[in-house]
Amino acid sequence: MPDAPGLELIRGEIERDCPGAVLATSYDRNQAALNVDPARVLDVLRWLQEQPGHRYDFLSSLHAADYLPHQPRFAVHYELINRERVERIRVKAMLADPGSEELPEMDSCVELFPTADAQEREVFDFFGIVFRGHPNLTRILMPDDYVGWPQRRDFPVGGEPVTFTYSEERYG
Amino acid sequence: MAEATVDRDREIMTVNIGPHHPATHGVLRLVVDLEGEMVRELRPVIGYVHTGIEKSCEDKSYWKVIPFVERMDYVSYFFQMEAFCGAVERLIDLEIPPRAKYLRTIFLELNRIHSHLVWLGTTALDLGAISMLWYCFRERDKILDLFEMATGQRMHTRYFQVGGVIEDIPVGFEAKCRAFAEEMPVRVGQYEDLLDRNEVFLSRTKGVGIVPRERLLELGVTGPLLRAAGEPWDLRKAFDYLAYPEMDFKIPVGTVGDNYDRYRVRVAEMVESSRIIGQALDALPEGPFIADDRKYVLPPRSELSTSMESLIHHFKLVTEGFRVDPGEVYYSIESPRGELGCFVLADGSAKPARVHYRDPSFVNLQAFREMAVGTYVADMIASLGMLDPILGGVDR
Repeated sequence: MPDAPGLELIRGEIERDCPGAVLATSYDRNQAALNVDPARVLDVLRWLQEQPGHRYDFLSSLHAADYLPHQPRFAVHYELINRERVERIRVKAMLADPGSEELPEMDSCVELFPTADAQEREVFDFFGIVFRGHPNLTRILMPDDYVGWPQRRDFPVGGEPVTFTYSEERYG
Repeated sequence: MAEATVDRDREIMTVNIGPHHPATHGVLRLVVDLEGEMVRELRPVIGYVHTGIEKSCEDKSYWKVIPFVERMDYVSYFFQMEAFCGAVERLIDLEIPPRAKYLRTIFLELNRIHSHLVWLGTTALDLGAISMLWYCFRERDKILDLFEMATGQRMHTRYFQVGGVIEDIPVGFEAKCRAFAEEMPVRVGQYEDLLDRNEVFLSRTKGVGIVPRERLLELGVTGPLLRAAGEPWDLRKAFDYLAYPEMDFKIPVGTVGDNYDRYRVRVAEMVESSRIIGQALDALPEGPFIADDRKYVLPPRSELSTSMESLIHHFKLVTEGFRVDPGEVYYSIESPRGELGCFVLADGSAKPARVHYRDPSFVNLQAFREMAVGTYVADMIASLGMLDPILGGVDR
């Protein structure tokens, strides 16, 4: 992990090359995180991946979380590793819910990290976050004809009603 | 009218393998485009055992999540427990006692051997070496006996708790475990004698399924698959957790990255794990096996009839569970298949707001297409075995 001052240094360097992309930093429970503007997330990821001396070039995990009732509601987390310095950093992009039937959108990072392919599909499958530029953004674990985004916090837990047609026809 | 010409020699046939097929090691469906016996394109279809465990966890208090997550990757259940318990301990900033660290290390390494034995037995079975299955499962049963002795269960033990482990090891466990750790390298040598010079096994594994190291890194592949390609990346060495910094062990790496290297790396890991178990037993510290923080850890049973305080704590923990201040933690460990990460988001209540597992099988499966395209169907089955996906972990 970069420590808290190290994280601020990284933020300062990113600020020089991509001004305004990093909104905030947090250093909580020994974990360093950059809170990034969702529209600029690719700039930051590319910087972290390619910048000499940093090279956070291994994406170990991409996942999302729903922070309801906080706004902005969704966040996509990128857990990056710098294998030379053996350090982790988290890039976090907070996404607002556009409301009604619309889905939140952001850029796909499959071009930078091919490993994100299946993980972005998983995020789309469970949270309905659309990744622009993803080669094949379809449901991955849920059935193709499933309706709804089951990992959202307002998606109810519980069974779906099953109609037992035989019993209904017979007993009404 | 133009006559349709069909070139019978270059006809592509799409074949569906699975989801219920003994060679797919679980409920995995493969849609394969074949030209004769050559695999030209391959698409794994997953999700057949998706049971919504991550969603169900959001409806359980923290300590009730533990048996749930064990059932994701059902071959490496101790690792699933450690990932979750470790993440929660980091959330609440709870230090676990040294004895608990060592006990966890011992059980994780036993579980790693167990997982590799299941892999070796079933993969060798796919390649026609049926007797390997019985030899591997003989040793696997000894590990399950050890689990049963210490935890009462052979699988899905719920042994790790937030703060330590639920019970100390019983009398006689240490001797039995030490005997196993001494026996295991001998057994591994016997497996090698059976397989290393077996012509059929060698021709099915050597030079098959090679994916370059750089490509594996791009695809996020971790664990023995990556190490077989020559990248010495092991989270046990890279990051400081449990008793691993105090252990003396090597990280086996391969050179070519073919299926034979994958086999060699895992077999060598079994020997290294036995060494870790032996060292951890030698250095096992005395003292408590679970943290003494009554806000998070159940009080000892004996105190309940004498201490009102303990009774109240017990009641609060069992009914509501403990509350965790808002925050989020990603904690990852080296499972038998690679980086197993657990992300826990706490919202201040007694239930997690999000539990996510970064399952190594799920990510590693992305490399399967490149391992198998351009090889024979039979080699594809061998490569799938060497990939070692656990579909319960893939689908969660």
